[in-house]
Amino acid sequence: MRKFPRLASGRKWQVLLALVLSATIVQAQPTFPVNGIADPKQTTYAFIHATVVVSPGTSLQNATLLVKEGKIIAAGTSVSIPRDAMLVDCKGKFIYPSFIDIYSDYGLPPIERATRGFNWGAPAQFNSNQKGAYGWNQAIRTTVDAVTSFSADDAKAKPLRDIGFGTVLSHVKDGIARGTGVLATLSDEKENKTILREQAAAFYSFSKGSSTQSYPGSLMGTIALLRQTFLDAKWYQNNAEKEGVNLSLQAFNKNRSLPQVFDANDKWADLRADNIGDEFGVQFIIKGGGNEYQRINDIKASKATYILTLNYPQAMDVEDPADARFVALSDMKHWELAPGNLAAFEKAGIPFCLSAADLKDSKQFLTNLRKALDYGLSETKALEALTKTPATTLGVYNQVGSLEAGKLANFLITSGPVFDDKTVILQNWVQGEQYLVNNDGWSPVAGQYELTLNNTNKYTLDVKSTSSAKLISKDTVDAKFSTDGKIVRINFPESKGSKKNIRLSGIDNDGIWQGTGDDIAGNKILWTGKLLKSAAPPPDTARKKPLGEIGKVTYPFNGFGFDSLPAAKNLLIKNATVWTSEAEGKLEGTDVLVKNGKIAAIGKNLAAADAVIIDGTGKHLSPGIIDEHSHIAAVSINEGAQSVTSEVRIADNLNPEDINIYRQLSGGVTTSHILHGSANTIGGQTQLIKLRWGANAEGLKFAGADPFIKFALGENVKRSSAQQNNRFPDTRMGVEEVLADAFTRARDYEKAIKAASVSTGKKGTVDPFNTVRRDLELDALVEILNKKRFITCHSYVQSEIIAALLVGDRFGFQFNTLTHILEGYKVADIIKAHGANASTFSDWWAYKMEVVDAIPYNAGIMYKMGINVAINSDDAEMARRLNQEAAKIVKYSGIPEEEALKMVTINPAKMLHVDNRVGSIKVGKDADLVLWCDNPLSIYAKSEKTIVDGIVYFDRERDRQLAATLRAERNRLVQKMMGEKKAGAPVAPARASMEIMQTCSEHYHKHGLLVVDAIDYDNNQSN
Amino acid sequence: MKKIFSLILATGFAVSALAQETVYPAKAYKGLLFIKNGIVHTGTGEVIEGATIQVRDGKIEKIAKDLPIPADDVKVFDVKGKHVYPGLILANSILGLSEISAVRATADFKELGEFNPSIRSIVAYNSDSKVINTLRSNGILLASVDPQGGLISGSSSVVQLDAWNWEDAVYKMDNAIHLNMPELMNRPNPYAEFLGLTTPPGDPLKRGLEQLGRIKAFFKEAKAYAAETNHSATNLRYEAVKGLFNKSQKLFVHCDIVREMLIAVDFAREFGMDVVLVGASESFQIAPLLKANNIAVILGQMHSLPTSADDDVDQPYKTPAVLQNAGVLFAINDDDGNTRSRNLAFNAGTAAAYGLTKEQALQAITLNAAKILGIADKAGSLEPGKDANIVISEGDILDMRSSVITLAFIQGRQLDLTDKHKQLNERYMLKYGLK
Repeated sequence: MRKFPRLASGRKWQVLLALVLSATIVQAQPTFPVNGIADPKQTTYAFIHATVVVSPGTSLQNATLLVKEGKIIAAGTSVSIPRDAMLVDCKGKFIYPSFIDIYSDYGLPPIERATRGFNWGAPAQFNSNQKGAYGWNQAIRTTVDAVTSFSADDAKAKPLRDIGFGTVLSHVKDGIARGTGVLATLSDEKENKTILREQAAAFYSFSKGSSTQSYPGSLMGTIALLRQTFLDAKWYQNNAEKEGVNLSLQAFNKNRSLPQVFDANDKWADLRADNIGDEFGVQFIIKGGGNEYQRINDIKASKATYILTLNYPQAMDVEDPADARFVALSDMKHWELAPGNLAAFEKAGIPFCLSAADLKDSKQFLTNLRKALDYGLSETKALEALTKTPATTLGVYNQVGSLEAGKLANFLITSGPVFDDKTVILQNWVQGEQYLVNNDGWSPVAGQYELTLNNTNKYTLDVKSTSSAKLISKDTVDAKFSTDGKIVRINFPESKGSKKNIRLSGIDNDGIWQGTGDDIAGNKILWTGKLLKSAAPPPDTARKKPLGEIGKVTYPFNGFGFDSLPAAKNLLIKNATVWTSEAEGKLEGTDVLVKNGKIAAIGKNLAAADAVIIDGTGKHLSPGIIDEHSHIAAVSINEGAQSVTSEVRIADNLNPEDINIYRQLSGGVTTSHILHGSANTIGGQTQLIKLRWGANAEGLKFAGADPFIKFALGENVKRSSAQQNNRFPDTRMGVEEVLADAFTRARDYEKAIKAASVSTGKKGTVDPFNTVRRDLELDALVEILNKKRFITCHSYVQSEIIAALLVGDRFGFQFNTLTHILEGYKVADIIKAHGANASTFSDWWAYKMEVVDAIPYNAGIMYKMGINVAINSDDAEMARRLNQEAAKIVKYSGIPEEEALKMVTINPAKMLHVDNRVGSIKVGKDADLVLWCDNPLSIYAKSEKTIVDGIVYFDRERDRQLAATLRAERNRLVQKMMGEKKAGAPVAPARASMEIMQTCSEHYHKHGLLVVDAIDYDNNQSN
Repeated sequence: MKKIFSLILATGFAVSALAQETVYPAKAYKGLLFIKNGIVHTGTGEVIEGATIQVRDGKIEKIAKDLPIPADDVKVFDVKGKHVYPGLILANSILGLSEISAVRATADFKELGEFNPSIRSIVAYNSDSKVINTLRSNGILLASVDPQGGLISGSSSVVQLDAWNWEDAVYKMDNAIHLNMPELMNRPNPYAEFLGLTTPPGDPLKRGLEQLGRIKAFFKEAKAYAAETNHSATNLRYEAVKGLFNKSQKLFVHCDIVREMLIAVDFAREFGMDVVLVGASESFQIAPLLKANNIAVILGQMHSLPTSADDDVDQPYKTPAVLQNAGVLFAINDDDGNTRSRNLAFNAGTAAAYGLTKEQALQAITLNAAKILGIADKAGSLEPGKDANIVISEGDILDMRSSVITLAFIQGRQLDLTDKHKQLNERYMLKYGLK
């Protein structure tokens, strides 16, 4: 077994020698001067008798890998070995292509971040701090080429090589556009030789990183900035003379030809990234977040290749029930299911690469990968994700990723199949250069050795490992034993119980030991040792460990999700009091038939053979509640970095798993208008959603509804609570002028577009955006001017209301809806004349200066003046009781109950332009219904069923069952986590699962211990 | 001669042509006053239909059906078919200490410093706050005015809501000392990274326990101080909490989670104090334990979200029923800042929808609150001997459909139910010619 000298033995001192020599293994660069004697080499290695895994799924037994000058010459079973080849016997060993990590920052300097002692009142930074001919936004770092700052760093390379990597794609993980990454090997050679591709891919993310600029201050803003940058870059190609030199846009265009990698880091974010790509004809390679298994079908539909990491959540210490109380089931479920993420990708047939990024300790990589195998990932797919897929994804499979002739000699020698538990990586060769990983494993030391002392006394030494052995003679005694592969030290008592030891020290010469020692009297001894019998290799533990009971993926991924997405059934609600919100008013003892998600019939004694019968006797059926002003189900709400941000879209950042969707269903809400916040005068584009619990972001959207936008006036937009405001405007005088200025610019923009749309006869018209810079901010305003987008305007006091309406009159558009509008009663005649709708609170007041005159009679007066009035929530809690909020208008202003119910059903439907679809119980409309146990305006009314599109999304009986199941599942997972702790696994302290609450930040309302109110960048208006 | 006041005349609308500045606190009424034919909810769980309440010199003398009404010079209110309730009590508030929450100049409820037991909320109570009249309009006649901030915030007082100034308003002075329990949970800030915040080193639980240690030390010292009357150095802080040790004052502990509540229970035992939990959103988890230790609870707000995403969607609504069933003395409160507490009755109504009877829910905002605040000897229910703090509603006061307050009396004084909101309503109804 040790016939082949030198490298084959893998002994340390030889290795050291090898490393000393290694500087010349790869040919030095011709342009570099040599100090000393030239030492040209054309070293050839033949690795023989190995199991060579040429590529995933292609494995050759007793094969030879031939390597010369850092490249593979041949891999096969009948390779002729050149005479000058150094032979390495790899009997029993496996050879694999080494791994490729395309999401690395190896070799790059750390990112310097400005310390952000964040001060909400601090002045905004409107422009980039970067000096030079760059673009306006500091987070667009397209000019960063990682290759320019790349330098090999052996201290960082070694841990990566030790877990099998040989090639990495490194980029600077900073900014929204992050520039390009460099593909390099993990060799410690001069960078000139180790860089495989200077610009191998371009990188993007949703995080602005070290940028100190105010914009973007939200996820919506980030997406809008990306979108605008795509457009600007295209425009810049033909209009550089208008812009002047813009290095950022130049680089953006240049980088477009590279593979495009997006760091999204979460299942929903993956889809957001993919959507941006779809808009601009880019298929991003997406860096995922490890929770993709929760929405694997959506992920598959993105058609992207993914980069995945193995940072599973750690088990928490949940022994103390008081701590465990605040850990959400979704967090515990993710802990249990996260190792199945890769298997889910494989099962769904989604291509993915693996990266060692995100791990606290790179040593976890293989351990965690093995766990993924336990969860059903195949070894072939795992190897593919580490070799062929990343190489082909980058288009460098001709260089790396397999052991085919002509490729770089980047390979691993392992003691067995690479992913087996007991297998160790012995050596990692990079560009034909050897790096030792696990020296001891080459020739396992364990076995029976015969010791001969002074040619007479024979002992048997049973060596267990490099540091443990037993001496067998008359007695069996523990010996102190150590070997580093070269020096062998043995120290054992003369007999059992004896305190006097015989001490031996010698050299291992390929299994033959010889040396000197002292006996117990101090007399010198000469001794030899030889291997009698190698220990049998330890059996590999069975690959497929039984997983035991494991939780289900639910939609959404929390305690109240569905096992599978629900489908509409035909329903027949019998004998209920039906509040139609139509001219028919309230119908007693009436049936409502729902077919295919629509209201099919209303009447007495209806029958339908195929319908599920719901007894409505003694109950009330109302249209689903519509909340005109809500901030649930979104990741960010306010882009407050500028006073005009009409380019941002709530639609870009929906969060379909917000538990408040379910909670609001329990309060009868079926449609919600998700608004941008009130941090600025012209806020972002809103999104109307239906509360389809379990759907994805697209599925939540109310398809076909007119687009809206949020405006705001008054205290928030003039940043009244900021200590130092440098953002225009600072007064209501300025707010009005922001509106006038924005629409003036929009008009001029529209004119320019029209002027540039020159007719070219039959071919149509010239694309105006060849010359006019397409401006997403102004696009939205032009839509308003053309009555294609509608305004809902946060407004309070009479002065600002009149001023805003007059701006509308001046520019020829209408304010569709005035929201909050707590002084609407003072100018109800003017609002009526303008034709605006009013969406207000029932009774909130005195939380800030501009609501000192807010009164609970406001809605009543506006109603009596003939204005279409809605009662909205602007609050995740109050939305659950909107029916009762509407009832307060009965209390304060004495309006009829049916009219009050309309304020949360048909009236908001009208102001949202969806009254042809929802808001009343009428044949042909969407079956969005609530079955109440009592008069829907009563404090005692509870929703028993909340139906959207004919699907019962909330059912109070089912809710009770879910709650019971949830408790059982929580208990199972707590016990499992405790088992983990008992088994010795490291556990993290229990962390309360915090919930981020998006609010207008308008007002004070308690949301509980685990809720943190969202603080988007500029949203410092809360009190 | 009998003065029969028709209900229409007695409503706020009729007198609302006045500015709020001329809504005068009512003069004391000497002699007899009758409220007859009402559906009387006594606040003790009893409902007497068609009963008459006899009030003499501001105190309830009798409640019975068919009480004879003398033909003397007495006030008689015929409230046939209307519901009669004890005045509602807001058990925890910053009423009169804060006018416009976003305007710092109007905030007088949070003092600097950690140990402020000698701070007294009553001295900052603004009896002319525009908020007060809007609460009366919804049946709230008494309120506890509480300081906030620090670990020990100071003492609260109970006020009646028809007064010229705070001295006039006091119903029970310095009835409780307020303690804010240090947070005893590992609650990461999801924004910490974004904000560049470094979390204070160490275990948040340990930090909380350290603060708790200082609180305990304070009470130990204060108790020792209270045992001796003659001091060469007078300590205002110790002086301020003397009442805790002879139970003339209660300790109101603001806390939510189980661990914090258990420590509050332990305070009661260790220092022999009457302890009331305020907030106590997790009290449903330990209701029998609270009962066994005689700990009362003021719930923060019914209308709030469940604590955890895993909780029952209606958990906050159900918590009162859990406490009721365990026999815990509890009050329902509304500490919402936007509605300025006027929805107190509807918070109770929600509890009634989720397990309480209506009379139990009423009790949670009347008699229970009075017991907890230490004023049950004179308020909280309609019983002979108590102050005539009475509210009359068109219908069920707990349900906004019918909760329209037409008459209210504090200590027998008939209130002018006008408020700023009614006046502004009036003003613009006039402008538009609406009815």
